Amino acid sequence: MTQVATTDRALPFDVEAVRADFPVLDQQIHGKPLVYLDSAASAQRPVAVLDAMDRYYRNNHANVHRGVHTLSQRATDDYEGARQRIAQYINARSACEIIFTRGTTEAINLVANSYARPQLGNTSEIVITQLEHHSNIVPWQLVAAQTGASIRVLPINDRGELEIDQFEGLLNDRTCIVAVNHISNALGTINPVNDIVRIAHQHGVPVLLDGAQAMPHTAVDVQALDCDFFAFSGHKVFGPTGIGVLYGKENLLEQMPPWQGGGEMILSVTFENSTYAGLPHKFEAGTPAIAEAVGLGAAIDYIVALDIERIAAYEQQLLDYATERLATIDGIRFIGTAREKASVVSFTLEGIHPHDIGTIVDSEGVAIRTGHHCAMPVMDFFGVPATARASLAFYNNRDDIDRLVDALHKTKQVFG
Amino acid sequence: MDLQDLYREVILDHNRSPRNFRRIEPCSHSAEGFNPLCGDKLRVYVEKDGDAITDVAFEGSGCAISVASSSMMTEAIKGKTVQQARALFDEIRALLSGEADNEAELGKLAALGGVRQFPSRIKCANLAWHALRAALDGDQQAKTE
Ligand SMILES: Cc1ncc(COP(=O)(O)O)c(C=O)c1O
Repeated sequence: MTQVATTDRALPFDVEAVRADFPVLDQQIHGKPLVYLDSAASAQRPVAVLDAMDRYYRNNHANVHRGVHTLSQRATDDYEGARQRIAQYINARSACEIIFTRGTTEAINLVANSYARPQLGNTSEIVITQLEHHSNIVPWQLVAAQTGASIRVLPINDRGELEIDQFEGLLNDRTCIVAVNHISNALGTINPVNDIVRIAHQHGVPVLLDGAQAMPHTAVDVQALDCDFFAFSGHKVFGPTGIGVLYGKENLLEQMPPWQGGGEMILSVTFENSTYAGLPHKFEAGTPAIAEAVGLGAAIDYIVALDIERIAAYEQQLLDYATERLATIDGIRFIGTAREKASVVSFTLEGIHPHDIGTIVDSEGVAIRTGHHCAMPVMDFFGVPATARASLAFYNNRDDIDRLVDALHKTKQVFG
Repeated sequence: MDLQDLYREVILDHNRSPRNFRRIEPCSHSAEGFNPLCGDKLRVYVEKDGDAITDVAFEGSGCAISVASSSMMTEAIKGKTVQQARALFDEIRALLSGEADNEAELGKLAALGGVRQFPSRIKCANLAWHALRAALDGDQQAKTE
């Protein structure tokens, strides 16, 4: 009898066993063991993902949907199998609602161009928030510039939380779409997306959720969320770069015109006319990132085996520990102190520019991100040009936090 | 990699108390330098009398390397001719790309060479110099390479 691998939620999270699954963590940087605290920018991938891609390339690669030969069939099965697993994981009604893209950015651009642009006129409005990543701002600005539509922005408060009470006031019968991040990459704020979707729907407005940071930290059920679109990137959820997903409700995707044209997305082509393939292939012009889709499927399997609820609980403990330890450092200012927060800590040190912090902690083997985190409006709100950001994943441990704290003390020493 | 090489005492000193950290208004030339990667933003002001640079100043915010580099730059080029300032720009560029053969002649400015081991920081050291060149060229915005 085979044993079904289920995780027992009562058992403590075995972070050391998990770390062994991530070969990249096992190395020295400037003579010191690597501490990787930049997973919000891009996470690392477990051996299971590397192996799945390697197996695919060694044994099964051919183009998909194009050949009667065996390899093409295997590649198609692998590619479509990954789509199925992703659909199941985020609880889409059907795999045809899962469109493979290059990442979150391309998914949002797809919705901006194929869903929004055809409907936008010069009185139309698009609602976003002050907390967005540039990739959930600029695509809307581009289509707004083309159509004369305007963009309205839901502000944030001093904690870095959305001013949700002001949300309904931004909606009216000219609102075409609401586009909001589920979890903020710059501050870690977990946004009240259930409320946002409910209120928007009361006004008949569809909602796109930028789920790039939600996928690695929290369970996602697109039917429970009832969002109309959900975008995420493979590389932030322990999968490969170059692959991501746009989930869309089938009835909306059906109505949308193709965004890019080419092979794979057509039924028939003549010089007079072409007819398009059905979902999801209508939106997947050209040879897709097959191995990357396979890798993303394996990443999802890995998370399922670890159990996202246990991951979230462990990360919350780690976040509390990090916040507590960092708060002991003189001159630290936390940027973003939302009551609902994922494991991201953005901060500044008095009198020391984040860029200098980044260099000095790197010399201690500690990788953090410094800069504006592709969220310049957030930086403007807090009146800082940049922050230092430690973003934690489930493969981080308390020792990583201690090493960061030590490296920050060293930073202060250098600046005496 | 040696941190002491990057954060030499003279750099830390100029970061702590930047020289000529002010605005010159009106001035003959000014230009902005912006590094979108880290958010460093500064403006360099140049006042000329004929071919002589009679005053130079900067303001803005940035990391220790870009502030120190700006500060040292203003000290170095005040009183120089435009031609001499341009020549110094070329020497600093050579220094930062590791092609300088006259480091000793650069005096204090040679301390900026410490960034060479830190490729991600070379732009920080460059920024003020590019803004200076843009100002001398009559451009509003520095073009970085
Ligand atoms: C919240 C958020 N949205 C969108 C993106 C863009 O993702 P990608 O660059 O993978 O398209 C990111 C990643 O930086 C992000 O954190």
